[in-house]
Amino acid sequence: MYHKTLSYRIFNVFNICLMLIIALLCIIPLVHVLAVSFSSKAAADGNLVGLWPIDFTLESYKKTMNNPIFLHSIWVSIKRTVIGTGLTLVLAFLAAYPLSKENSAFKGRNIYSWLFVFTMIFSGGLVPFYMVIQKIGLMDSFWVLVLPGAVNVYLTILLLNFFRGVPKELEEAALIDGAGHFRVMFSIYLPVSLPAIATLALFSMVTQWNSWFDGLLYLNNAKDYPLATFLQTVIIQRDMSSMSISPKEMELISTKTVKSAQIFIGALPILVVYPFLQKYFASGLVVGSVKE
Amino acid sequence: MAFQNYKPWLGLTGSEWVGLDNFRYLFEREDSLQVIWNTLIIAVFKLMFNLGVPFVFSILLNELRKMVFKRFVQTLVYLPHFLSWVILGGILIDILSTDGGIVNRALGVVGIEPIFFLGNGDWFRFTVVVSDIWKEFGFGTVVFLAALANINPTLYEAAEVDGASRFKQTLHITIPSIIPIAIVVGTLALGNVLNAGFDQIFNLYNSLVYEKGDIIDTFVYRTAILNGEMGFGTAVGLFKSVISMILILISYRLAYKWANYRIF
Repeated sequence: MYHKTLSYRIFNVFNICLMLIIALLCIIPLVHVLAVSFSSKAAADGNLVGLWPIDFTLESYKKTMNNPIFLHSIWVSIKRTVIGTGLTLVLAFLAAYPLSKENSAFKGRNIYSWLFVFTMIFSGGLVPFYMVIQKIGLMDSFWVLVLPGAVNVYLTILLLNFFRGVPKELEEAALIDGAGHFRVMFSIYLPVSLPAIATLALFSMVTQWNSWFDGLLYLNNAKDYPLATFLQTVIIQRDMSSMSISPKEMELISTKTVKSAQIFIGALPILVVYPFLQKYFASGLVVGSVKE
Repeated sequence: MAFQNYKPWLGLTGSEWVGLDNFRYLFEREDSLQVIWNTLIIAVFKLMFNLGVPFVFSILLNELRKMVFKRFVQTLVYLPHFLSWVILGGILIDILSTDGGIVNRALGVVGIEPIFFLGNGDWFRFTVVVSDIWKEFGFGTVVFLAALANINPTLYEAAEVDGASRFKQTLHITIPSIIPIAIVVGTLALGNVLNAGFDQIFNLYNSLVYEKGDIIDTFVYRTAILNGEMGFGTAVGLFKSVISMILILISYRLAYKWANYRIF
């Protein structure tokens, strides 16, 4: 057995160490931010904090939670995540069902499919998109965060491929018994594909929560920003001019510890759903889509 | 719009048609040529490493026999994929800062002068590529690990009987078995040659590194939305979209031909 040879054992020890180091490298930056967020301002500004908080305090979280703009941005993010995900799922389900049928059952299926895929591989670019949003009056409205991305072609294709794997006999039996397509869709495909839909929901939620650019582009008033856009403005651009806030408040949200607390709160929902996500994507759906 | 000297107050119908002027301008302006070059160089490095690193990593990961430990490693390396560049950008700006960022502090311990990761053009490109690998390599292994799990174990048993070492087995069984999937992944990634990662660069760059770090997407955003050169911005964007679409179509065709891969 190769497991017992000396050279393999040396390799194995080396390999375990390497994997451990790489895995820790992936998480250390986040741990550092967490440590800073729980440290006192003096320790953080003096760059003393490593991976463990110094002078443990909840001060920065208290300050963050007392900021009404921050709280409102969380609310906007929750709203867009819930509404956006719901809408995406309904539309993906309704679109994937007919597109998963054979050409003989649904004439012109390929044309429709390509219409969907075309939007995925070609875009007019940023400017025309911006103009369209402006012309249809979505600027500065909450719905601009939800509607343009409501049809998620990628997730639709994943679901479509999943539907194809559902045994045809189920559908045929139902059709013979006199069920219509709506009945088949809701009474057979919906329950059968619930695990798949749950996975898509998780992915869609992550996407919604993480989106920041649409908010930056289409919303002029920082008070309407979702959390990701808020963080982008405060932490990356360090630009608070659009928020019409006093210098005192500005100091409040721009210290290092508070910034770290904000970053961590922004990442928290992802960390919470992450275990569920991992359980699903490894088990198949995403992988299935890329299989030969 | 791409063919107009577009003025918002004149609208689509009122603006002057200028034919291909915007496109000619694109190839005459020095900064836009530099931007195209930046995009290509950053994207190509990312494509290569984002294929190679997960490939090697998944083989090594597959050698781990303690399932608990394997799970643990997987859990940690997949995580950055799900965090947005806003979060990661905020973290990176903090830990890479020359003013006591944790990375430069660690380098200081081994006697290296602080490096201006996000303020020096060459280091910026380096940082962009490395941080992108850091974020995505874990998730990239998902596909390879699935392929590795599908390798027929009798192949290894036969090799074992014939006295092949583990290294030989890897070389002659493992690697050939996952090469096809690597080809598919690599081919499909071709469509991204002009995508150097807007989210990432936008959240990491600053005016110090515009020369070497500016890419097509960020350039379009700044010229069109911030500077108001709508017509020109549209032309650059359209140029990119068309090239990208052609590349995607070619890559789909190739993936279909070589590996019988279809998206739906």
